[in-house]
Amino acid sequence: MSSAIEVKSAAKTNPNINLTLPDSAEKEGSLKTKFSIKNLSAWFGNQQAIRAISMDISEKQVTAIIGPSGCGKSTFIRCLNRMHELVPGTQVEGLVKFDGYNIYDKGVDPVLLRRRVGMVFQKPNPFPTMSVRENVLAGLKLTKSEQIKRAPETVERALQQAALWREVRDRLDEPGAGLSGGQQQRLCIARALAVEPDVLLMDEPCSALDPIATARIEDLIHGLAESYTIIIVTHNMQQAARVSNRTAFFLLGELVEFGKTNQLFTAPKDKRTEDYITGKFG
Amino acid sequence: MRRTEKSKRATSFRERLVEFGLLGSGVLSIFTTVAILTVLAFETVGFFQEVTFAEFFGDTQWTPLFSDKHFGIWPLIGGTFLTSLIAVAVALPLGLLAAVYLSEFARESVRKAVKPALEVLAGVPTIVYGYFALVFITPLLQKFIPGLAGFNALSPGIVMGIMIIPMISSLSEDALHAVPATLKEGSYALGAGRLATIFRVTIPSAFSGIVASVILATSRAIGETMIVAIAAGQQPRLTLDPRVPIETMTAYIVQISLGDTPTGTIEYKTIFVVGASLFAITFVMNILSQRIARRFRGKI
Ligand SMILES: Nc1ncnc2c1ncn2[C@@H]1O[C@H](COP(=O)(O)OP(=O)(O)OP(=O)(O)O)[C@@H](O)[C@H]1O
Ligand SMILES: [Mg+2]
Repeated sequence: MSSAIEVKSAAKTNPNINLTLPDSAEKEGSLKTKFSIKNLSAWFGNQQAIRAISMDISEKQVTAIIGPSGCGKSTFIRCLNRMHELVPGTQVEGLVKFDGYNIYDKGVDPVLLRRRVGMVFQKPNPFPTMSVRENVLAGLKLTKSEQIKRAPETVERALQQAALWREVRDRLDEPGAGLSGGQQQRLCIARALAVEPDVLLMDEPCSALDPIATARIEDLIHGLAESYTIIIVTHNMQQAARVSNRTAFFLLGELVEFGKTNQLFTAPKDKRTEDYITGKFG
Repeated sequence: MRRTEKSKRATSFRERLVEFGLLGSGVLSIFTTVAILTVLAFETVGFFQEVTFAEFFGDTQWTPLFSDKHFGIWPLIGGTFLTSLIAVAVALPLGLLAAVYLSEFARESVRKAVKPALEVLAGVPTIVYGYFALVFITPLLQKFIPGLAGFNALSPGIVMGIMIIPMISSLSEDALHAVPATLKEGSYALGAGRLATIFRVTIPSAFSGIVASVILATSRAIGETMIVAIAAGQQPRLTLDPRVPIETMTAYIVQISLGDTPTGTIEYKTIFVVGASLFAITFVMNILSQRIARRFRGKI
């Protein structure tokens, strides 16, 4: 963990140097694969948004997805918890193995899948009719989980994990929508963590936040990576460099390059990746 | 140069004309409202010079046309509320179901077709509904409900309920539809099913809009005239029994207006005092619904 923090401070001064991650490099060999994705394609109507993506995502690692706007980053992660199919007229093809099981198999209930693969959205979306406490517990209530019996512990644990406990412990019964933007986003993270998922998908979780709130969420991601598999979409390459172990670069719906974050940023193999990270386009 | 000057002047003249026209129609509608209120207030004051407040609000009989005159407003208010209550009891569940179905289950093409079709219900002339209640619903109900009189509160109440279904379904559907997709997605992402999302996230988020639609529909039922005038009878009676003839405030106004009551008599003035009471009730309800609707907009 400490190494990740170091990377972060180093990255702040210069994102392109000193991105070695010694402990994760060591772990690499023994890491279990969480998601194994083969030839994944997705469409909106006739328009193909992602094309034949294949990649393996390791457990308890932070995987960043970068790429220019419209390249299919959101679509890709929304295929991992089957949120993509909630949009009418969409289609998915290919194989997504989660812990060895194809999530697109006929017998798989997307509702159960989503309990294990949580999601945090670009814009904080706390439920406006619920208090802070109710927001944290929303997942348990909505899924009629047995765990609701341990509600007080769950609220505290989830808010602690989301580094929000100290700020809101005296206002648990106030409306969740009354918090600041950064607090709302951490509340949404707490809400996702309360159902104890394995994976956390984050779609540009900081894009609506100021630098201080962003730094807090990034710190949080480091801590969470100890127990969760995190996949984070970001527009911000420095952020990808700061928080992730591995980075995938998407372009026009295709996966151009996927590798260790420090390698991808310091020695990209593909010319298009290099152009993108050096700011030649995007 | 001169031409542009000229056309500019022409535009500004046209604009002024339009502005003046708009101002005029605005003023006219305000003037009309003020005039109505003035007449209502004037005649109401005249009424209370002859009848005391105590009698108006204390008596339980309303018999201005009999030789033994009583002026207790409650039988009329009771009749109005009984029929409106029945109407809301019919329209609320059906309207809400329709709204939830249209916004959450129906395909876009179905929604686009059904919504205006439902709204047609609100456009049927109320006299048609009135006769529908009198010559179709009442005889039908009489087969099942013993003791149901030819004129009663039940039948027009049900028909009024059908009439106001589209108000509830359409406005509630708007409110449900306005719930941001991000909230629903937030719910699905937590592993919630469709029904849990609808009942615990979407409906609560649209709740104020739904309440506002119900209040609006209720005040429409309270103000409804033709249906009750035709099918509910003309017997002011303070009762909760929906099987017997009653009279609503609106039906009373119609009854007196159609008769040959001379101007200036106490019977004549009762029209205005009942009208004023009706106005007060619907006014309060409209304010209420606007307040709730405003809170709703602030929230989403
Ligand atoms: N609801 C939708 N209906 C139709 N097309 C869509 C929809 N959402 C996205 N698309 C299209 O799918 C493609 C991929 O979109 P996606 O949202 O995955 O991109 P993204 O990489 O997340 O972009 P951004 O960085 O702007 O969020 C784009 O071309 C977009 O226009
Ligand atoms: Mg996106």
